[in-house]
Amino acid sequence: MRVWRGDAKGGAFKEFRVPTEEGMVVLDVIHKIQATQAADLAVRWNCKAGKCGSCSAEVNGRPRLMCMARMNLFPAGEPITVAPMKTFPLIRDLVTDVSFNYEVAKTIPAFKPGRAEPDGTFRMMQEDIDRGQEFHKCIECFLCQNVCHVIRDHPENKPMFGGPRFFVRLAALEMHPMDTDARAEYLRLKAGLGFCNITKCCTEVCPEHIKITDNAIIPLKERVVTEHYDPVVWLFRKLSGRR
Amino acid sequence: MALDKHEAHEFDVVVIGAGGAGLRAAIEASAQGAKTALICKSLLGKAHTVMAEGGIAAALGNIYPEDNWKVHFRDTMRGGKLLNNWRMAQLHAQEAPDRVRELEAWGALFDRTADGRILQRDFGGHRYARLAHVGDRTGLEMIRTLQQHAVHKGIDVFMECTITGLLKDGGRVCGAFGYWRESGRFVAFKTKAVVLATGGIGKAWKFSSNSWEYTGDGVTLALDAGAHLIDMECYQFHPTGMVWPPSVRGILVTEGVRGDGGTLKNALGERFMFKYIPDFFRAETADTEEEADRWYTDKKNNRRTPDLLPRDEVARAINAEVKAGRGSPHGGVFLDIASRRDAEYIKRRLPSMYHQFKELADVDITKEPMEVGPTAHYMNGGVRVDADTATTAVPGLFAAGEVAGGLHGANRLGGNSLSDLLVFGRRAGLHAAQYAKNFKGTLTVDAGQVEALARECLEPFERRGGENPYAIHQDLQECMQSLVGIIRTEGELKKALEELTSLRERCRRIKINGNRNFNPAWHLALDLRSLLTVSEAVTRAALERKESRGGHTRDDYPKADPELGKVNVVVRKAGDELTVIREPRPEMPQELKTLLAGDK
Repeated sequence: MRVWRGDAKGGAFKEFRVPTEEGMVVLDVIHKIQATQAADLAVRWNCKAGKCGSCSAEVNGRPRLMCMARMNLFPAGEPITVAPMKTFPLIRDLVTDVSFNYEVAKTIPAFKPGRAEPDGTFRMMQEDIDRGQEFHKCIECFLCQNVCHVIRDHPENKPMFGGPRFFVRLAALEMHPMDTDARAEYLRLKAGLGFCNITKCCTEVCPEHIKITDNAIIPLKERVVTEHYDPVVWLFRKLSGRR
Repeated sequence: MALDKHEAHEFDVVVIGAGGAGLRAAIEASAQGAKTALICKSLLGKAHTVMAEGGIAAALGNIYPEDNWKVHFRDTMRGGKLLNNWRMAQLHAQEAPDRVRELEAWGALFDRTADGRILQRDFGGHRYARLAHVGDRTGLEMIRTLQQHAVHKGIDVFMECTITGLLKDGGRVCGAFGYWRESGRFVAFKTKAVVLATGGIGKAWKFSSNSWEYTGDGVTLALDAGAHLIDMECYQFHPTGMVWPPSVRGILVTEGVRGDGGTLKNALGERFMFKYIPDFFRAETADTEEEADRWYTDKKNNRRTPDLLPRDEVARAINAEVKAGRGSPHGGVFLDIASRRDAEYIKRRLPSMYHQFKELADVDITKEPMEVGPTAHYMNGGVRVDADTATTAVPGLFAAGEVAGGLHGANRLGGNSLSDLLVFGRRAGLHAAQYAKNFKGTLTVDAGQVEALARECLEPFERRGGENPYAIHQDLQECMQSLVGIIRTEGELKKALEELTSLRERCRRIKINGNRNFNPAWHLALDLRSLLTVSEAVTRAALERKESRGGHTRDDYPKADPELGKVNVVVRKAGDELTVIREPRPEMPQELKTLLAGDK
């Protein structure tokens, strides 16, 4: 296995040979390397069950969770390359600085519920929350952010772009049956939704199989179009002097 | 403050741990006007709460209007073999519904009933369908809801920061000291109150459902600061973890599989749980397969399936079947939902389980049974706290969630953990903030304490020895798995104490190479101190309780002893030694005793 070793100043792939046993995943191999060959090999992980989204990396060039990447996916005898996510600044070895995502999260207009029933609870039908529940499956592995070429190839876009993870979050809020806020202007001006040209790279790498482009981004784009670019609405805004 | 050498911060309330309890505590402390810090070892939102699957137990009465806090209280106490702190069990049952509705008001999307209310699911030991849930990923919904709510509350979050010691001014807590995992640089917090919400200790065992963070830091911080532990011997082994392939052994299989109709079978195809119904639960448990199957749809006229006995009973039964040679090919038993529910239902109700078995074990759970066996899961005991205020024995130190003991007694019911986090997380945050507000004295951080903690952290770099922390951790897990597992004996427990002593010796010879920048070997070397402390606490408490009760089973004392049912085993630290004594449980008021009387 070829694993990236290094920090912001530079580094290189280093080769390790590890005996494997049945059922092993890439993260198991990384742990074996730590225990026997490179004690200080830096890697982030928590649950090792595909639920926390900590162990994201690029395995043979494909962004994925190391804990869900079975070794038998790869041809026996050929080297496997494990590299850190490219879009985020490298801290050390396989660990990157993902604080960008936490900064975006802070700017998202919060859930703003409407009036509850007289007994203080909400009534929501299952079919009205199915889509929201799909979005809530997100484990924040940030693989979609990593693969999104708006920021992967152009870090300068980061200050004006939320990225797929946060379009999913915004779609969840916008489609929540009890939410009363409107985030179209935020999406247009702050989250940079227009940068996305729906290449679906994010959907392809999502370990939770959320249809990010089809179910989140495109409906949000339609919403922005309806609320901002619709000629009738535009004219009404001009005449009434409202923005 | 005498901290010029290190990065320093000052707060009213510092919450250590950012799972369900820590987040809820921080939200409450901040809402009370306290300047609040939230510190976590991982990134925000990655805490072990994220792995909780089945649901949040709360007597909402949405499915069964006859459900109420009194029934929930009774189920919790009986599930805990009456060792529970009755006041915690009462508060928990009373307040859980409000905490669940509050999550919904903060944006959580629970599965719905046909009339649009929160759907509730059956779980072990709960008389009625009681668990608010989202498929089998309830913990994710809960932590994300809390996290997103907290983000807008002005709480200062310190991610990937490990606390190695609490600071004290006389008898009071006055701060916390730790390091940034990324840079290895030290950081000190001066604060009026500390809330421990650090979770459990599951990484002491080889087969465990827990994430790497579960190294017992909070328990150790509390002991070092002078707090007491209770019920440490009653550690919970969840009956159903994955057993194959080897690399995923221990990963949790939710009780929701059984709640939604799955049954346990041995290699002969027998539904063996019918053979293991204890007298304590006989009156409320079905004794034929027909009645058990009818119970899923008609709870009024049928008794609960024994597949949903409390976890301690099921774990012991599986253990016994495997020992008797009736296990599955990889040393577990079969959990079958494929033959009982259609594929569409299984995928909708248990999407993570479907995904997990498909991707990690090449098993399609809609077509074949799963192989499952017990896995280290949850610390039923923990730091002793006051039920109403979450205060420990140390002024200024609070604890909530898994790190705190008392609510669950000798065995926790599934679903009672997420509600515990919310109910007592809120209470800890509230009372910590009030304590901070009412504290009028001055606190001084002692530079000597800070420097001693810093020196201790750096020792592994300076040694000449050659021990590898990963090897020590592995040996510790082997020791706890084989000697302090589900079934215990005095001889094995004493042998475990000897091994722990020698592991401690080896720990003093750990040598760390490289630098302090995100160095996992160094992190593990420091975590090992906590792991060894909690392992010793569990072992010593297990020696002291000479009976079998809940999560604690002694092969040499296989029966429950009514006299020992009246006491908690309490662990304290005196100098460098752990001391163990029995102390009487608080007496329950008559009106609550009445709730426990009778079998139905």
